Amino acid sequence: MKLIGRRLIQMILILIVASIILFIIFDSDTFKMRIALAELGNFGVSAMDPDDYKAWLVKKGLDIPFYQRFALWVGNVLQGDLGWSFEKNTAVGPLLWAALKNTGILAFWVFALMVPLSLILGVLAGMREGSRLDRSISFISVFTTSIPEIATAIILTVIFALGLKWLPTKSAMISGFDGWQLMLPVMTLVLYDFGYVARMTRASMAEVMTSQYIRTAVLKGLPYRRVILRHALRNALIAPFTVIVLQLNWLLSGVVVVEVFFEYKGFGKLLLEAALFGDIYVVQACTLVAVIVAVTSQIISDIGYTFLNPRIRFA
Amino acid sequence: MADITIEPAAPSILAQLTRTRIIALLMALVWLPLSAYVISGVTPGGSADYMLLPSIPAVILLYLIAFRAWRESWVAVLGLSLVCFWLLVAVSVPFLPLFDPNKPIAPFQIPFATKGENFYLLGTDYKGRDILSRTLWGCQRVIVWGVTATLVAYMVGMLFGLLAGYLSGWWDEIISFLGNVLLSFPVMVLFIVILNYLGPSGFNIIVAVTFASAPAIMRIVRGLALDIKTRDYVFAAQTRGESPLWIMFVELLPNVRGPIIVDACLRLGYTTVAITTLTFLGLGLQPPDPDWGLMIRESAKTAMLFKFSYMLIVPALSVSSLILGFNLMADGLREMSLRD
Amino acid sequence: MTEQIPVLECRNLCISYFTRAGEIPAVVDFNMRLMPGEAQGIVGESGCGKSTVALAIMNYMGKNGKVVSGEILFEGRDMQKMSEEELRQLRGSRIAMVYQEPMASLNPAMLVGDQLAEVPIYHEGVSKEEAWNRARDMLAKVKLPEPERILNSYPHQISGGQQQRVVIAMALLSGPKLLLLDEPTTALDVTVEASIVDLIREIADESGTSMIYISHNLGLILETCDRITVMYSGEAVELGDVDAVFDMMRHPYTRGLFGSIPLPGADKNARPLVSIPGQLPLPHERPRGCNFGPRCDFFKAGVCDAAAIRMRQVRGSGPGHWSRCERIDDIDWDKPIAEGVSREITAPGDVVLKVDNMTKHYEIEESALFFSGEKKTVKANENIDFDAREAETVAIVGESGCGKSTFAKVLMGLETATSGNVQLGNFELGHLPVQKRSADTISKLQMVFQNPFDTLNPSHTVGSQIARVIRKFGVESDPVKVQERVLDLLDTVKLPRDFAKRRPRQLSGGQKQRVGIARAFAGNPSVVIADEPVSALDVSVQAAVTELLMDIQAEHGTTMLFISHDLSVVRYLADRIVVMYLGQIMEQGTTDEIFSPPYHPYTEALLSAVPIADTHVKKRRIVLEGELPSATNPPEGCPFSTRCRYMIPGTCDVTPPPLKQMSAGHRILCHLTDDELNAMEPVIVIEGAPSEKKEVRRKRKSVAQGAGSKAKTQPAAKRAAKPKAASPVKTTAKDKPSRSK
Repeated sequence: MKLIGRRLIQMILILIVASIILFIIFDSDTFKMRIALAELGNFGVSAMDPDDYKAWLVKKGLDIPFYQRFALWVGNVLQGDLGWSFEKNTAVGPLLWAALKNTGILAFWVFALMVPLSLILGVLAGMREGSRLDRSISFISVFTTSIPEIATAIILTVIFALGLKWLPTKSAMISGFDGWQLMLPVMTLVLYDFGYVARMTRASMAEVMTSQYIRTAVLKGLPYRRVILRHALRNALIAPFTVIVLQLNWLLSGVVVVEVFFEYKGFGKLLLEAALFGDIYVVQACTLVAVIVAVTSQIISDIGYTFLNPRIRFA
Repeated sequence: MADITIEPAAPSILAQLTRTRIIALLMALVWLPLSAYVISGVTPGGSADYMLLPSIPAVILLYLIAFRAWRESWVAVLGLSLVCFWLLVAVSVPFLPLFDPNKPIAPFQIPFATKGENFYLLGTDYKGRDILSRTLWGCQRVIVWGVTATLVAYMVGMLFGLLAGYLSGWWDEIISFLGNVLLSFPVMVLFIVILNYLGPSGFNIIVAVTFASAPAIMRIVRGLALDIKTRDYVFAAQTRGESPLWIMFVELLPNVRGPIIVDACLRLGYTTVAITTLTFLGLGLQPPDPDWGLMIRESAKTAMLFKFSYMLIVPALSVSSLILGFNLMADGLREMSLRD
Repeated sequence: MTEQIPVLECRNLCISYFTRAGEIPAVVDFNMRLMPGEAQGIVGESGCGKSTVALAIMNYMGKNGKVVSGEILFEGRDMQKMSEEELRQLRGSRIAMVYQEPMASLNPAMLVGDQLAEVPIYHEGVSKEEAWNRARDMLAKVKLPEPERILNSYPHQISGGQQQRVVIAMALLSGPKLLLLDEPTTALDVTVEASIVDLIREIADESGTSMIYISHNLGLILETCDRITVMYSGEAVELGDVDAVFDMMRHPYTRGLFGSIPLPGADKNARPLVSIPGQLPLPHERPRGCNFGPRCDFFKAGVCDAAAIRMRQVRGSGPGHWSRCERIDDIDWDKPIAEGVSREITAPGDVVLKVDNMTKHYEIEESALFFSGEKKTVKANENIDFDAREAETVAIVGESGCGKSTFAKVLMGLETATSGNVQLGNFELGHLPVQKRSADTISKLQMVFQNPFDTLNPSHTVGSQIARVIRKFGVESDPVKVQERVLDLLDTVKLPRDFAKRRPRQLSGGQKQRVGIARAFAGNPSVVIADEPVSALDVSVQAAVTELLMDIQAEHGTTMLFISHDLSVVRYLADRIVVMYLGQIMEQGTTDEIFSPPYHPYTEALLSAVPIADTHVKKRRIVLEGELPSATNPPEGCPFSTRCRYMIPGTCDVTPPPLKQMSAGHRILCHLTDDELNAMEPVIVIEGAPSEKKEVRRKRKSVAQGAGSKAKTQPAAKRAAKPKAASPVKTTAKDKPSRSK
């Protein structure tokens, strides 16, 4: 428990430092200028002389010292005020919330399919290392992981949307939520990610199967099922568990491409569009959320690991 | 035992050519001209093409050497063949009879189309540029920026990993903490923030990849260093009063090489994905020079029809095959290292 | 003997592993007949195939191991022909196994109780409750304190000795007919080993279970078994009754093996060890004919390398004594093995190293960024006080956690002393970290390390690693001279000169250790610390490396601090011995003083714990109860008080013991009075001369020694009859010849 407490405090520290770093980046002159560009337009800025620009900064409250602005910003964030989107001309909070909800739906289905698929394949492959089943599973997983999401998305679109015309090409969901439109993005992400988790599970399972305590269990005369279910699985699934939880972090990267490609209105698309447009507050808010999600998943993975592994739990 | 002679001073250069050195030399012979060629951005067709000439035999030699060493693992050999194919294309593409990759000829020609006296094996894109030519030229940029970025990330990551692992104490606390801060950013988010801040370009991709990959590399090297530093030979070095720097670079560094090579292959794959993806998103390499990510980006905007899907499929398969090559190599190497 | 069905019979068993390189025969033509209640030992060096035999009996050889020919009969049934299900029913119920590493053999994520209960649940179908009850009883039977607590623990929460007892309990739960023990004590400390061996012996006596005991340690086999099989390079080379084989060796390898282990009576100057030349052949490079041929003194071309050698019955010995030697009748077995070259005795000179009341405490802080956990003090070394003279060998003996490694670190300057002094010559070192020492000082104090696989950097050539030392210490700087010096050093450690260009992975363990010795002596040190330099090597190689180390030491007049847990080796080579326990020196004195009474109670137990492979040696058995206390929380008063059988409640566990000066250099840290200490009886007694061999052999079985007032003594021979006075000749360590001459 002490260990978890210490990890928690460390994570909070990471969060604070990460947000300071973010703030430093977004507080740079480059970004201040971009805010001006976004608000006043290209022409407006080029018409200003340095003094006007300074006056504008004062007006916006961007001239006061860094730490004051940071404190102010933290205060605002804690109150739920994440700033204003110049591009969409709306408050960032609701915008981000809607996008996160969409990404949440996507992530849920990805995990719901990917976790059982990769665990089963991984365990099957690792159970009998070197068997034909193992080699086929291993090869398939290297193969699918090697095709980047962008390529998977293309291939799936060409086959299922353009060729067979079974599924829609885009997932913009203009006329309300549509499950069909969700299928291609989910398939893309699952195809790309399951191989990695399956390989981790396989490696972990294979290692456990060669361990001496499995030998002890077999030579104790236990039935094979019991050896696998009671002795091997518990130990073999500790490592994949942490990996799976940490995939949340990866998913936040993965969704960017997929959401952009399929025009799915989620977190990734919001972030990218804001970044390209120079919509600073949106980028800042998205990044902060991403870091919070990532750090939280790390905490969950740590706690889970500690809980699953008696060697640490009672250390 | 009498026949053993030890060259004392000034041994001949040939005698010093161990296998490792030959391989390093060949790699330099491929990588230096190629990166100079791409980074300087010379226009193809000039005399600058000739600096790539010695790289062609170097790639073939490297392939043969690696083939011999890895022949027991077909996985590794397959991966090696894929990677070396693209490497060979990268260094020899100026000498191939191809259309100018940036010159619009005839738009929307499907593969195997013949128009006038021109034959388009893989068709042309929406501007009428030859896709075969663009695909082959495109691998140059991916390979050069990918390898360079990974290399830089490794140098930074290994340095900090050795410092954290060997020196421990406060060094470790601080370096690991900073690493954890960086690792808590989802990779793509980190890329977007950094490239948004610095602006899209090849060099900035190197910076972004370094920030994204170095912490992970640091962790691995730190773990290895922590393990190796308990070995007696490190103890022996300490007890004869060697400096920490000497121990880190002479005693530790050569011994982390093995596991790191496998990881490097994987990471080359990740970097390739990252560069292609970033370019697709509009944050990476910029037009008009041919690049796989760029080809996908442009075609995805203009040609979302089954008839024209070749414009997307060709670069998608190309980048996949290169990454598959890296991953298979990593897999085969890991398998071989486990067997011994 | 009545016709009984053997519990286990191996007939012409051949086992191979199939790898990419092709078929590698691991065991060839192996025969064994194990009768009910009998204990058989299999002894051999690493790679000889002894563990393969055990796993083949269990029919668990992995996917590339296979019985190629021959059969394994369990109670008359061929195990090769059994179905998976039949095998499963045998495993764990009729045949059980105890493994080398108890920690790795237990499932880390399951309660000990659950792991034990599985055996009756799956073999006898009893209820879970009943199974737990049986498990609890069995834990009590293997003498584990608080069985209930252990049942509800995870394996990592109990000590190594306790884990091994749990594994033994697991093996015994269903009353097996056959118990396989694969190096069950190798991973444990000597005193813990002794208590486990004791337990195993009791079990065998009580339950009538047949045992196969696999070990590399001849002494352990002697203590536990009735019959012995000596294996070499995949073949059984000699087998017979333990006494017959030990007293009448009829295979050159067996003889060589005995010649290379230090038995009481061996003396480094007068009668050095004789090592077996050469190395074990790799499985796919075995010679034609006799596998031992290339290393054998009696090798005769055309006879020994003509064809595969068969087992022959040894004439003039008991029944069932066989040897795989073609020239068994040609060799004069009574002629002693060629003696090692005796060394001149170098008289110890001036004091070179003086350790004066040195204390080293560590503060352990559970650290995290910006947080300081509670501080704990580890008393790694407490008032270490001794000195070493020129050309003298001082051994530091103790089990794991006794502080010997910390002590070495302080000497080498990787740690600094908390208080007290360490003086090399007149130079104070204790508070000087290695970075602040001059090259000259550093080169005066060098070290030989324990693990041969770790001692050399795998990335650099042997030559460059030695050369670095030479340059670093400023012995030479001119490249040509450095090279010359490297080659000289290789000559000194008897390695071919072309090894300079090799990388460590091309060397065997013994060769690496020689390079390590060359490296330590490169700067002409005046003191060399040897940290268990041979403990990781095979027995037949150990002797050669030990001898080499002492040759060089004698030649250079170097002082050697020999750190070891192995009292046999120490007795053989040390002039003086320092016995440590939990960071403190319990006793120190000359080798004779340590090996004869008065003892410190810990020394007494340690002496008794070391297995000795000599049928003429009788030991008083003293088994230590309990576990080694943790160094972070040492007992009040005397550190040994928690396990000491002389413990005086109210004194030993409260007050730190006084240091008693028994004679000039003999000091004991103990509360016992001089009279009590002097009243102790010798632990090791060497009986009779070799001429009385047979007489002695018979006696051995019927001799037991009762001693000590509170002593928990046990019969020396395991199937002991009534104690009977054998009038043991009281001897000290070195003045009594035992074997040969």
